[in-house]
Amino acid sequence: MTNRDDAARAIRKHERTEATRRTVRRVVVFVAFLIVLALAYTGYKAFGRSLDDAQTDWPIVGRVLPRTDDLTMPPMTDIIAEFGQPPQRNSDKPLAAFIAEAALFTFREAALGFFFGVILGLGIAVLLLRSKWIEQGVTPYLVASQTVPLVAIAPIVVIWGSTSLGWLPFEWTNWMSVSIIAAYLTFFPVAMNGIKGLQSADPAAMELMRSYAASRRQTLVKLQLPASVPYLFAAFKIAATAAIVGAIVGEISGGVSGGLGRLILDFASRYTTGPSRLYATVIGAAFLGLLAIGLVTSAEYFVLSKRREEPLAL
Amino acid sequence: MTDPDRCAVEISNVSKVFNHGRPNEVHALEDVSLTIDEGSFVSLIGPSGCGKSTLLRLIGALTHPTKGDMSVNGKTANQARLDRDYGMAFQTSGLFKWRSVTENVELPLQLMGWSKTERKDRAAEMLDLVKLGEFGDHHPHELSGGMRQRVAIARALSFRPSLLLMDEPFGALDEMTREHMQTELLDIWAKTGKTIVFVTHSIPEAVFLSQRVIVMSPRPGRISSDIPVDLGKRAFETREAPAFFERVTEVREALRFEESSA
Amino acid sequence: MISRAFRGFAPAVVVGVGGLAFWELSLLIIDPEGFVLPPPSSILAAFNENFEEIWVASMNTGFIVVTGLIGGVVLGVVWALLVSRFRLANETLTPLAISLNAIPIIALAPIFNAWYGLLSPVSNQAIVVILVFFPVFINTTKGLTDVGATEIELMRSYAASSWQVTRTVRFPNAMPYFFTSLKIASSLAVIGAIVAEYFGGRQDALGPLIVQNAGLTRYAEAWAAVLAGSVMGILLYLVSGAFERVSMPWRRDAETIGA
Repeated sequence: MTNRDDAARAIRKHERTEATRRTVRRVVVFVAFLIVLALAYTGYKAFGRSLDDAQTDWPIVGRVLPRTDDLTMPPMTDIIAEFGQPPQRNSDKPLAAFIAEAALFTFREAALGFFFGVILGLGIAVLLLRSKWIEQGVTPYLVASQTVPLVAIAPIVVIWGSTSLGWLPFEWTNWMSVSIIAAYLTFFPVAMNGIKGLQSADPAAMELMRSYAASRRQTLVKLQLPASVPYLFAAFKIAATAAIVGAIVGEISGGVSGGLGRLILDFASRYTTGPSRLYATVIGAAFLGLLAIGLVTSAEYFVLSKRREEPLAL
Repeated sequence: MTDPDRCAVEISNVSKVFNHGRPNEVHALEDVSLTIDEGSFVSLIGPSGCGKSTLLRLIGALTHPTKGDMSVNGKTANQARLDRDYGMAFQTSGLFKWRSVTENVELPLQLMGWSKTERKDRAAEMLDLVKLGEFGDHHPHELSGGMRQRVAIARALSFRPSLLLMDEPFGALDEMTREHMQTELLDIWAKTGKTIVFVTHSIPEAVFLSQRVIVMSPRPGRISSDIPVDLGKRAFETREAPAFFERVTEVREALRFEESSA
Repeated sequence: MISRAFRGFAPAVVVGVGGLAFWELSLLIIDPEGFVLPPPSSILAAFNENFEEIWVASMNTGFIVVTGLIGGVVLGVVWALLVSRFRLANETLTPLAISLNAIPIIALAPIFNAWYGLLSPVSNQAIVVILVFFPVFINTTKGLTDVGATEIELMRSYAASSWQVTRTVRFPNAMPYFFTSLKIASSLAVIGAIVAEYFGGRQDALGPLIVQNAGLTRYAEAWAAVLAGSVMGILLYLVSGAFERVSMPWRRDAETIGA
């Protein structure tokens, strides 16, 4: 008997090391990718320089591939160095600090929107679960709602926020409108995956609950919601990215300052005096996106590892 | 028709280990030897983990032995596979959902480069053999489990291999359909004279179908008994004959003996 | 048969009509001006009045959307084919693609504008291509590799070459996955094109039209342009669905292949 237990334990340990090995490999691949990207960037610039020296012209450069001069493509070293440079004349604060603060601002907007979007999405999923008729009636509009480029009407949302929401007990600031955009982009994947997840409960288990005369609420809480968790996490990953994107674009089109959107706009408009700054900010935005996904993935790992389930691929 | 002195399959001292050296190492088979005569019907039976499916896959060169030699039709197992000497049927029919019944039967012929008319004719012939002639244009999801398995068998026979390897093909069917399919299979065997190696975990099925029942035991997988079954030409009544029950008991005892000594 | 199809549409129609009526009536009661969110009647009216302008803008944006969609799909499918061939490539590149997809791709728009020039369509097309590439690549790879073990064993028993396996098993298996990704990608393409137009590109396109009208507080006109974008997205979705039904005549409902 104990031999079998030992064997089982050894196999579980082996599985865990395999999982760790997989994660390590993914991180290594990602870092390798960044290095390859940096090398390709620098290599392409060098190639362009050699073309200039030879005074030859490749029409593809400048049309499909970008021009390689230092204004269009600042050297890699410049970009990296720029993180440490203070962008403002009157302070010593390095660019990295500005980017970090802006990222935090944007992250807060996105997180708030994400939170409300999840609640809304789950609520819709539970509502759709109630009746097949409602599900068939509402789903097409859910799908259509995502084709509405809400981010495009962000300025409208911002104005709506400041004019029509005066009745709220607190001061409505501009960035809250951005959160609404983030919430809008979140609720759809959560609702769609939520309904799939809620419906994924094992029919035999559903019959069991009925045999216990469990109320609809009990069945929902004890069986269907837990069954929907893997699906929800798949949706969270999509939603997290969408919320960040929505926040950045919302900031830009809504004219909200304090976040990455404003920084990007500023550095884009002042591109000629400091191209590296734009690159640095975009890199910062990229890392914010990765951070968001990383948070969701870690949460998923903790929640699902208790169940020994494989997370659903995107 | 067939020469009983010719061996279709010869297995000598074959061992198979999975995940060698790792914590999940499995000794699927150890020192197994077996000779299968041409034209015979042999069953492999045993509890889970006895290696019967692994043995079947070794014959089909879908996996390779860690130790030992194998020959199929006088060649290496892999060469037999490349020469398409055998057809295989699995527990899930493995039919392609996007192909019609006829197209599914035509699949191996298509891969072998047969012309369109040749394929169509052979597929129709095979479907008639399994009594599904009118279902050529149907799709798998429109057929019952038993019908799908019949299509799978038609497909396995379509290129007329001399050897048929079957891995619990009737396992997912209900008892009545199963008995019906067993009779059909014996019909086909009588008509075509193939060598059939049949993996099952149903004792009555093994006894009803085969001339030899090879009993295997697990941990590590090996052959523990080789029981000849001489019930003559099978009919519906065979299942109710005393001789049948005697053989079934004999196989059951062989299995239980292995279980108690494990 | 027709009545069955009708019954399928009925709930959606009822909800739609009901929703529109509710919208129109409630605004009539609360805010007849309909300042920021005008009633559907004014939006439709604005759509009609400015039809020509909206049509031209839609064509321009549509050009970016369609070219970007095609480019992204081709890139995604080609890479999926390459990666699915080699297990190691699949295990390293697919998780990488999933991680890269988390980056706010639209943030690359100002950089692309610096590369290709503010008025060039290439920068916007590039954004759409990247947005489309990821879901198509990830899903198509999954479809090409997510084949049942029995089917693969069967093909090995036939001593089939790997090209034969790809052609007869992997391609058909991948089709539902591909079309799901196509539908996702088409709405991403529309949104991406419009948002990219914020950052740069020609001014007679849907993005600038929306922003300019909103800036002039002409909300009905702004929403009318948004409506045009929505219609474009829905059309692409329906076209994808039509392609799907034509290429997969053996399926009746839109679920991925399983058991």
